[in-house]
Amino acid sequence: MTNATLKETPLFQAHQQMGAKLVDFGGWNMPIHYGSQIDEHHQVRNDAGMFDVCHMTIVDLRGCEVVDYLSKLLANDVAKVAGKSGKALYSCMLNNDGGVIDDLIIYSMEPAWIRVIVNSATREKDLAWMRSQLGNSAVDLTERDDLAMIAVQGPNARELAGKALGAQIAGAEELKPFNALLLNSGADSERFVARTGYTGEDGYEIVCPNAQAEQVWIQLADAGVKPCGLGSRDTLRLEAGMNLYGSDMDQSQSPLESGLSWTVDFSNENRQFNGRAALEKQKQQGLKYKFVGLVLNGKGVLRAHQKVVVDGAPDGELTSGSFSPTMQKAIGFARVPVATGTTCKVEIRNKQLDASVVKLPFVRQGKVLA
Amino acid sequence: MSDIPQELKYTKSHEWIRIEGDGTLTVGITEHAQGLLGDMVFVELPDVGDEFEAEQDCAVVESVKAASDIYCPIEGEVTAVNEELEDAPELINVNAYHEGWLFRIQPGKADDVDSLMNAEDYAALVESEQH
Repeated sequence: MTNATLKETPLFQAHQQMGAKLVDFGGWNMPIHYGSQIDEHHQVRNDAGMFDVCHMTIVDLRGCEVVDYLSKLLANDVAKVAGKSGKALYSCMLNNDGGVIDDLIIYSMEPAWIRVIVNSATREKDLAWMRSQLGNSAVDLTERDDLAMIAVQGPNARELAGKALGAQIAGAEELKPFNALLLNSGADSERFVARTGYTGEDGYEIVCPNAQAEQVWIQLADAGVKPCGLGSRDTLRLEAGMNLYGSDMDQSQSPLESGLSWTVDFSNENRQFNGRAALEKQKQQGLKYKFVGLVLNGKGVLRAHQKVVVDGAPDGELTSGSFSPTMQKAIGFARVPVATGTTCKVEIRNKQLDASVVKLPFVRQGKVLA
Repeated sequence: MSDIPQELKYTKSHEWIRIEGDGTLTVGITEHAQGLLGDMVFVELPDVGDEFEAEQDCAVVESVKAASDIYCPIEGEVTAVNEELEDAPELINVNAYHEGWLFRIQPGKADDVDSLMNAEDYAALVESEQH
């Protein structure tokens, strides 16, 4: 079954051959699972799985003023990675009101070249905003839709990827977390390997030319890396305490009330990044909400938009929620009043159920923390 | 094409109905429906003795992905529920038409079962939803 109106990644044929259940995922025909979302979740927690993340948007920024440009564009400080080839940094891109336009990862490639990977659903508005912020900067912005991306995640992911891809990713085994390397730049054999991910497990995100993607996918599968759908990617990131743009934060929300304060760097007083003034004002006036993890004590499932009821305080709201396959309990993220203590109630179908308020993440590298 | 047993009745909201020898109706969700929802993690069933109108929501099944209301196929009173599902909601995935049954009702009016879809009509409905 094909749907002509949906976009397909270079791995579409492989997904069909591997029995994927394909769904409309923000305009892309993507695998939600290949049989069981829960099995795929455990596969990544216990061994190694791979995800087609070709729908994500890769943008290369080149030019002698690229650091200055990002210094204003991003809430985190590009100075942490500028000139340090291979270093990665997670950041929000804010509007002038301090709302989150998107979250992204930047990779320092060369002194005058920084790669940015933004979300798929926000592609158009991100590119429009990034272009609008260029002004007269000596920065060239190029969308790299010629490149594909595969995330290989799990405790055995790096070892199996090494076995599967060998010299293609030579040197990747030496990478430290949140570092990347580029091999054979510009050639068919170009591979960009980053020790990053969205699951709370070790692993790589591997970028290669579109025409090479299916071969890389099949080589990984042959080495025992199981294909996993975007369904399990969501429960994995939820357990790992990682925000999802559009659910946990958006343009109407401040990163300071979305659990992302750690990504906003106010330390350089001279760095006037977009949204800084608005966030400083917000801090001065006092934050009203905090962003927490919730675990439902009894049976049921937490979902986004359920109401959180706190004694003596205004209501809060779940921003994400699901069933944690690792913990066998319902978990979620919520924006709740700062006065919220260690317990609250969640309203599910007109019943108020007890939940515990916990620190994020719930699970990291296979271990339950919450 | 999903498995659609000939001997069962169906609804447009993807419940199946088995007419038992004693005139009660056993209700579950179809193989097609469980496939769409994916791995089940929670089921909320009615209480025995609850009475429902036709097409009234009377239970909820939740997969990792989403919550889905279950509708009472015809007017009736609940005479039994599948308590096994409380600790093993995945039975719906394993065998939607047998171990995965949800509840049983005594129909208010026996003739109402005639309003339910047969296997052929349900197959056509599933087919139409896939295009």
